[in-house]
Amino acid sequence: MTAIRSPIADAWARRHLTVAFAAVFVGALGGLVQAFVRAGWMTLPPWLDYYAVLTVHGVLLALVSTTYFIFAYLLAGNGRTLGDLSPGGRRFVALGFWLMTVGILLAAAMILAGEASVLYTFYLPLQAHPLFYIGLALFVVGTWSVAYALIRQYFDWKKAHPGERTPLFAFMATVTLFIWWIASLGVAATVLFQMIPLSLGWVSGVNVELSRTLFWYFGHPLVYFWLLPAYMVWYVNLPKIIGGRLFSDALARFAFLLFLVFSFPVGVHHQLTEPGIRDVWKFFQVVLTFAVVVPSLMTAFNVFATFELTAREKGHRGLFGWIRALPWQDVRFLAPFLAMLFFIPGGIGGLINASYQMNAMVHNTLFVVGHFHVTVGTPVMLTFFGASFWLIPNLTGRTLPAGARRLGLVQAILWAAGMLLMSIAQHALGLMGAPRRTAFTTYQNHPVAESWFSTPIANYATMAAGGALLFTAAVLMVGLAVYLAFFAPKAAPDRAEPFPLAEAAEEGMQPALLENWRLWLTLAAVLIVIAYTVPLIDIANHGAPLVRGYRTW
Amino acid sequence: MPVHRYEKWWLTFGIGTLAVFLAVLGLRAFASGHTPPGSVLTVDPELIDTIAPWNAPGVYDRGDRVDVYLVGQAFSYAPNRIEVPVGKPVTFHAVTKDVVHSFTIVGTTVNMMLIPGYANEATYTFKAPGRYLVLCNEYCGVGHQFMQAEVIAQ
Repeated sequence: MTAIRSPIADAWARRHLTVAFAAVFVGALGGLVQAFVRAGWMTLPPWLDYYAVLTVHGVLLALVSTTYFIFAYLLAGNGRTLGDLSPGGRRFVALGFWLMTVGILLAAAMILAGEASVLYTFYLPLQAHPLFYIGLALFVVGTWSVAYALIRQYFDWKKAHPGERTPLFAFMATVTLFIWWIASLGVAATVLFQMIPLSLGWVSGVNVELSRTLFWYFGHPLVYFWLLPAYMVWYVNLPKIIGGRLFSDALARFAFLLFLVFSFPVGVHHQLTEPGIRDVWKFFQVVLTFAVVVPSLMTAFNVFATFELTAREKGHRGLFGWIRALPWQDVRFLAPFLAMLFFIPGGIGGLINASYQMNAMVHNTLFVVGHFHVTVGTPVMLTFFGASFWLIPNLTGRTLPAGARRLGLVQAILWAAGMLLMSIAQHALGLMGAPRRTAFTTYQNHPVAESWFSTPIANYATMAAGGALLFTAAVLMVGLAVYLAFFAPKAAPDRAEPFPLAEAAEEGMQPALLENWRLWLTLAAVLIVIAYTVPLIDIANHGAPLVRGYRTW
Repeated sequence: MPVHRYEKWWLTFGIGTLAVFLAVLGLRAFASGHTPPGSVLTVDPELIDTIAPWNAPGVYDRGDRVDVYLVGQAFSYAPNRIEVPVGKPVTFHAVTKDVVHSFTIVGTTVNMMLIPGYANEATYTFKAPGRYLVLCNEYCGVGHQFMQAEVIAQ
């Protein structure tokens, strides 16, 4: 597959990447501060609230850096496979980028001014400054605009190439963006119809459980919006980087469609310990939650089959002999590979969190924090970091010098080591009862709380040490990104670091079913209706009193 | 869509273990009654100080079981010293007067969200005497880290 040039999409991809890495730097600094405060290694000055720092960390890393990186990657990849943005598409991307950026600056200003210490979940009835919510709303509407341009680009290509198989990258990008679109309707509803009216004083109270249910209808598919682009790197880019071909194109598409269907009807598994939702519906959504195990198992099989077949095609033999043949010294491979390894404990932790009864043992403890640092924090982020080593020079017409590759290996290993330390401590502390999202406290020297400072490994000091390694790795990554964007050697025309696009070993026949978007979107909608209609009617029928807003910080 | 033989085995094994796992969860839930905390009883947070039983939070021994009524608010619990017997099922009924909190007894399965507008409840039988730490594990404001209580089982 020859790469197509797409200068307009590339320019927008570069702008998105700039914001993404700025967010990584500030967000990581917030993480370092939190870990040190919690361990008692550092005290914040009176003008800086721990929870404002925590809000910055969550918003910038989980919401901003991910979304901007994903859009950069999808803009660039759609450009390489479908061609450049149309004049109309370009306007939607520009509009979206500026709406998102103005929105997030507004929200960030409110957080830093201490007007929105509501964390990145902003649960009602905590009531932040109206500009915080207006910023969030602008951000979400901006994402819709960019997503629309990219989805439209895919369907325009499809119309212009009747009967042809759509490029795998663009197919997967479209699934990912549909998931974002459909999911964000929930958060948009609670922000627009509950939070903004409450903060402006237009209404005197809100239904809190309704807001939480809308939030989590969004909050869980959100994690698949983060994860699927990392899967795309594994499916579409990695096989090329190791010099092979993707094991199965059709099964890769089918796995993504299963995510599209099963991402949404699951949000209640975040609400298992709260009132207002009946047991039977909690259990039903738990069962549906586990359905995504299937496409993840398919992904694991496809990706590792690709690795093994590639190595065997190069003549490496033996049951495990092929493992040595993988390019361990290539950061473009090592970083995403380490990321995959972290997804094994990440997935297992997820099974524990979502399992109906065990949830009560870990809900809102540090176990959950450990869990999302070994899911979005590493499988997703470290994959994005690894991809940056070709994406950035590809977008800026530069090469990837050997020195940057070597430093990249150091970066990936530092990140993995820091995360290993921090996540082991967090999982263990969570099992010992240590709460998440809590500033330094010994609970008046309660012996249980004091054990969180003194148990070997399972203590806040281990967590802070891991956090220090992670911050070092984040600074190194941001430095490398700046170097690759502005200082790496300029490549001769058409000689920039390539955007690796793999072909499939097994094209298979393309069942028409796989391109039948109406069918898959309908299935997704049907499951949403089945999973949410009765719980929402129940909440309406309970008629819980509306609750006024509070500013408790 | 051709599927490799090994992939069929892999998925059969994966889906099979998943089915067994979910069956165990379901049996525990609906045959043994091991369900998470929950309630559909609504309560007006503004009226908590005036309506029973929330206006008299405390421990009520019913003979073969115990009811505990609790009120959470930023950043404390009433009562904050809860004495309960060992060996009897204790049901904790809890509400919040303001924002979202949790009522969490470290080292037990009692870990529930307090959502304004609803009551919530969880039942636990203490097997060993001791002083159990109660804490709020849902961020509730600037003093969240000070929100604590103690259960004394004896």
